[in-house]
Parts: sequence; structure tokens; C-alpha cells
Amino acid sequence: MSEIWSALGKAMVLIADFDPDLVEIIGLSLRVSLTAVLIAAVIGLPVGAAVALFRFPGRPVLVVLINALMGLPPVVVGLIVYLLLSRAGPFGVFNLLYSPTAMIIAQAILIGPIVAALTRQTVEDLWQEYGEQLTSFGVGPGRAVWTLLWDGRFSLLTGVLAGFGRASAEVGAVMIVGGNIDHLTRVMTTSIALETSKGNLEIALALGIILLIIALGINASAYAIRDVAYRTES
Amino acid sequence: MTLASLLRAGLAALLLTATFASPGGAQERSVRMLSTTSTENSGLLSYLLPIFESKTGIRVHVVAVGTGQALRGARNGDADVLMVHDKASELKLIADGHGIERREVMYNDFVIVGPRDDPAKIGGTNDAISALQMIKKSGAVFVSRGDDSGTHKAERRLWRAAGIEPEGRSDPWYREAGSGMGATLNIAAGMNAYTLTDRGTWLSFRNRRDLEILVEGDPPLFNQYGIMLVNPAKHPHVKAKEARALIDWITSPEGQRAIGKFTVEGRVLFIPNFRAKGGS
Amino acid sequence: MPTHAQILPLVFDKVSYVAKGARLVDEFSVTLDPGTRTIILGPNGAGKSLVLRLSHGLLQPTSGAIRWEGPGGGNKASLHQAMVFQRPMTLRRSVGANLDYVLSLRKVPRELRRAKTAEALKRAGLFAMRSRPARVLSAGEQQKLALGRAWVMEPEVLFLDEPTASLDPAATREVENMINAIHQAGTKIIMTTHDLGQARRLADDIIFMHQGRLIERAGAEEFFEHPRTPHAEAFLNGELLP
Repeated sequence: MSEIWSALGKAMVLIADFDPDLVEIIGLSLRVSLTAVLIAAVIGLPVGAAVALFRFPGRPVLVVLINALMGLPPVVVGLIVYLLLSRAGPFGVFNLLYSPTAMIIAQAILIGPIVAALTRQTVEDLWQEYGEQLTSFGVGPGRAVWTLLWDGRFSLLTGVLAGFGRASAEVGAVMIVGGNIDHLTRVMTTSIALETSKGNLEIALALGIILLIIALGINASAYAIRDVAYRTES
Repeated sequence: MTLASLLRAGLAALLLTATFASPGGAQERSVRMLSTTSTENSGLLSYLLPIFESKTGIRVHVVAVGTGQALRGARNGDADVLMVHDKASELKLIADGHGIERREVMYNDFVIVGPRDDPAKIGGTNDAISALQMIKKSGAVFVSRGDDSGTHKAERRLWRAAGIEPEGRSDPWYREAGSGMGATLNIAAGMNAYTLTDRGTWLSFRNRRDLEILVEGDPPLFNQYGIMLVNPAKHPHVKAKEARALIDWITSPEGQRAIGKFTVEGRVLFIPNFRAKGGS
Repeated sequence: MPTHAQILPLVFDKVSYVAKGARLVDEFSVTLDPGTRTIILGPNGAGKSLVLRLSHGLLQPTSGAIRWEGPGGGNKASLHQAMVFQRPMTLRRSVGANLDYVLSLRKVPRELRRAKTAEALKRAGLFAMRSRPARVLSAGEQQKLALGRAWVMEPEVLFLDEPTASLDPAATREVENMINAIHQAGTKIIMTTHDLGQARRLADDIIFMHQGRLIERAGAEEFFEHPRTPHAEAFLNGELLP
């Protein structure tokens, strides 16, 4: 128990010291995970909505694929991306392995299915309610997708946040494809893994606490945005 | 601290993000080295490489993984330089044409650590082989890396020399962690068990609890590191020029002296032993 | 006064609708002319709502034909219709944005939308609530919003499917007033209800259905005073129909 308290103290000291290495690591973590969330949302939202609304060839395969990918362990995603990006792999020529871009790709693959699955659920539920009236309005398919995504924005935000949570918390995939290179691909979770392997449990835990604070901050601001948006929706 | 410094941190993080996102930083010369967790975790590389970087302006990006993964990465051409400690596998890599210009850089040593009360009574034997036999006889728990790393292979060699082939399935006292050195030490510390570790990781390891060094200094425990260039003939994108600069510097009198000067808690961890004729 | 393309009259020609083997609308033939408030009456399961949905194009007939026979009744006929459902669907946006949405669908220019929205909200008595989220309105207010939203599209025909079935008497009265106002502004009303009092208050003419078939077609007064069929008489007396 005393170790947890001293870790908490250390976390405070780390924050107060404004350690440049720590700032760099936090910055990279945010940049990688937020970019991955953005990519996952840009792909996952329309795919999820399309699966919810339209019957097209290959749809059952896509549904199974999305659900299966959701449960994939991050390490497996990391391995697949590693094999694809390795010099010996099909995309080796782009020289992306051990770069932040590789980490973004891995995390986007990891959370894209989550966003798509939650979008599908939200849009399907909303269509139950909206379907006849939108058809009565004479809304076309494209406009219908956009309307449902916009009206489902609060639920979808929760889905996207869940994706961000998984992205920023995972270590297996970014460790393999990023390599945990100091000042290049070292993020919060790989730092925690590194410090744990050095037996620096307190520093590892302190980093964990900082990660928790960041996650709290992002969720709180998302909640605040949602709250403000709800009261002033237009 | 408090809010103001948090805001400052947030702002700085944003600025850093912007710098990262902008091109231009990519212009710097760099070389990528696959290495083992032992060199990274002990702090040797973060002491050694800045000297090289400030001399040459070449950044060294270290990917520290298990020896097995490092060798695989070199085979794939995912790095320019490889520095590991498993001579047999290194020579195999060279025979297969993926590595060239291997040089022996330095050695460190393994130690057997265990609980202070030492149920197997191996303290003071200074004979690694008979220590392992005593551990087996006492039935005390031994935690193995079990991850096919250089350290794991060295440990298996020692068991073989002791005439014992322990297996996790049939020998309940022999636990295979399947993890890196640090994680394995964490497990041993938590279980009050024996394990084999390199001295560097041990000295910089902060979660020892009741563990201490019980056997050390026996020649079978010595551990040779080799460095080599990933073959540019097989992997044309390898930055041979920068990589050779790194290899040349580490094996130069200056690099070797620097290795010898690196200490943790007052102890020299790696003994430089490059000899110009020792290439293969 | 909105100018209409004149899609009416609406003609049902031996229309049947079959789902899962059940003949829910059976050889239904009728002509609906402009001007009146037509109420479709009948017990539960008579096929009233299906006839509305078939008229509006939300469902396709299994056999028979539905035609808009007016000069404007081509494939653009759906642009001159609107429908309000029993459970009002309100977009998760502000009251005003709900109206703005349908106007933008009809490609009304942005400047015009503002004015039209404000005017329609005043007619619906919702102007003061224009920036409130539609979802926090009461059921009656939401139904008035749905009506206002239909009205702002200036339809030639307005379909209403049991619009007051889940409302209290006060809200019901307000919704009925609005339906009358829309009618007076020149819109044909086609509405289902199982509330006889409401039918007496609103109807100009009655279509009485039972088990998917047209039983009786008459002016409202004639229907209520002198029903021609035993089914209609039983229904008006509140008896169970065979």
C-alpha cells in the first residue's frame, strides 16, 4: 500500500517538474492515439452506418469481420502490422516500421472495428425510430446516413471515446511496431512497460497515474462538450 | 505546480505535436540498431550512444527486444545494425548471408540470484553448474526466462552442462516465465525463487525485495556480445555508411574505453574485449 | 396560398397487400378527391394504417395500382405529400432545426428558410420554444412540432396516422385545431382514427374498412346518421364486429 502512496507522490513530482522527456512522451501518446481515433472514426462511422442501413453483397462477411476484429488482442494486431510493414513484408518499401506512423496504423486497426460496431448499433436503433419519417420526407441514402450520424452524435461520441480509451491504454501493438525507441516512438504505455521491466515499479505506477489523469481529462472534456452541445443544440 | 503548470504542460504537448507533425526533422542522419533488453535496461546504451551522436551527428534509434526477435528483425532487414549475445545464432545469421562484419565488442557476466535465506544453500559455491544441481535437489523454485532469448539459451546450456534438462511441464519447481529479464526478475522477487540474470539488468533493477546475488564469477557465466552490420547486399536500404561508423566507433579505442568506464553502483558492467583480428 | 401541382385525385385500383401470407388489404378500390377531410375509420386490424402507407408510397402494393391522376401526379408526386405518425418522430436537434431540416431537403434557400420556420412555429404555437431541444418537449408539443414541420413543406396532401392516439384531451384538441387550420389553408387531409368523436368532429367524408376491405364510403353526416351496412352500424354502436 505504501508503494502506491509513494507512487502517487512521485507522479505529482513528475508533473510538477515539467520533465521535458515526460512532456515529449505524453505529446507523442496523444498524437498517436488521437490520430488513430480520427482515422478510425473517418472509416468506422460510415462503414458502421452502411452496415446498419444497407443490404449489399459481402455485408454478412463484413459484419462477422467487424465483430471478430473487435476481440483481437492488441499483440496480434501488432504482429500483423509488423509483418506487413517489415522490410520483408508487402509494404516494406515505405520504411514505416518503428515509426509513429506504424503505431497509428496499428491503433487505427485496433479501434476501427469498435467504432464501426458501436456506430452500427446506434444507427440501427435510430433507424427504427426515424426510418418511416425520413422516407416520407424523401431523404436519399447519403443524406439519411449523415442525418443518423449527426442525430446519433452523443452516443457515437461515447463509442469514439471507448476507442480512444483502448488506443491509449494498449501496449502490445505499439511495442511491436513502434519498438519503444527513445525520443522517437516511446509512449506512455511502452514507458510503463519499460520501467516495470527495470523494476522501477514506483515510476511505472506514477506514469500510470499520469495516464489515468490524461484519460480523465479527455473524458471530462468530452462530457462537457456533450453537455454544452445538448443544452444549446441547433 | 497545479493548474498553471498543467496548462503549461498541455500547451507544450500541443507544440511538440505540431513539431512532430511538421516535416524537416526527418533530415537528420540516423541509424537503427536492434539490440537486447540487457544493454538497454542496464543504461549502457543511453550512456554510450550520446557520445557517439555528439561526435558524428548520427542519431542511433535503439529497438530493444529479445535476442530471438532481434535476429528475426535483422533477417527481415528491419534495422541497420545488430548487437546481441548469442554467438551460435549470430554465426548462423552470417552463414545465411543476412549479417556481415561481425565483431566481438564486450562481455558481461551472468549471476545466479536467489532469496537471502537460500534454501538450496548455493551461496558461496562459486560454481554455477553444481549450484544448479543443488537447486534441483532442494526442490526450490527456479524461474526461467523461457523466451528463447540469449539469456534463456545461456541458461539452458548451463543446465545441460549440469546434466539436467528441466521442463516446465514435468518439473513443478521449474517455471518458465516467457518474459523479458525484468519481468522475470519481478516474478522471482515475488515468489522468492532463484533465477539467472545478467549482471547489468540486476544492478539497475529496483524491485529486488529479498533477492541477492548468490553465485558469480564462474567462467561458464561469461556472456559475449557481438555487433554486426545487416548485409546491404541482401537489404539495399541499409544505411551501411552510418552503421559502419557506429560499429567502428564502438570498437575503437575511444568507444572501448567508454564501455569500460560505465558503472552502475560503482561496478563495471561490461568489459570491452574487441581485438582487431577477432572479426569473422 | 401555396400553389399546388395538383396531384389529386388519388385512385386505388383493386389494391391488395399481402404480408407473410396474410391478405391485409384486399381488392381495395377508391378515389380520393381534393378539398375534403377524409377519415378512414375501422376497428383495429382493419388495414387503415396500411392504406395510408400505401397511399404515401411507404409500402408497395402486392397487386393492383395506386395512381395520382391529377396533372401534377407524375413521379414527383411524393414532393407534394407529407405524413405525420402516431408517435411523433422529432430529430435530436432544436425545435427550429427540425423545420429547417425539411426545408433544406426541399432545397429552399437559406434566407427564406428562416422566415418560413418562424412563421410555421408561430402557427404551431411553438415559436417561444424554437431553440429548445425537440426531445424535451411534451408529447403534445412534439406532435404539434411534427404537424408544423409537415405544414412548412406546404403539401397538397397530408396523411395523418392516428395523430392523437397517445395524447391527452387538451393536446388532442390543439392538434385537431391545427389539422383544421392546415386544411383551411388548402391541404387535403387523409387521416386514420379509431376515435369516433374525433371522426365526427373532423370528417367531411368517411372510408369505413373492415378486415382489409372497403365496407362503406359516404359523406360524414350520411355515414353517422344512416349507415348502410350492418358492419358500420355495429361499429357505430360500439359493438364487436363479426
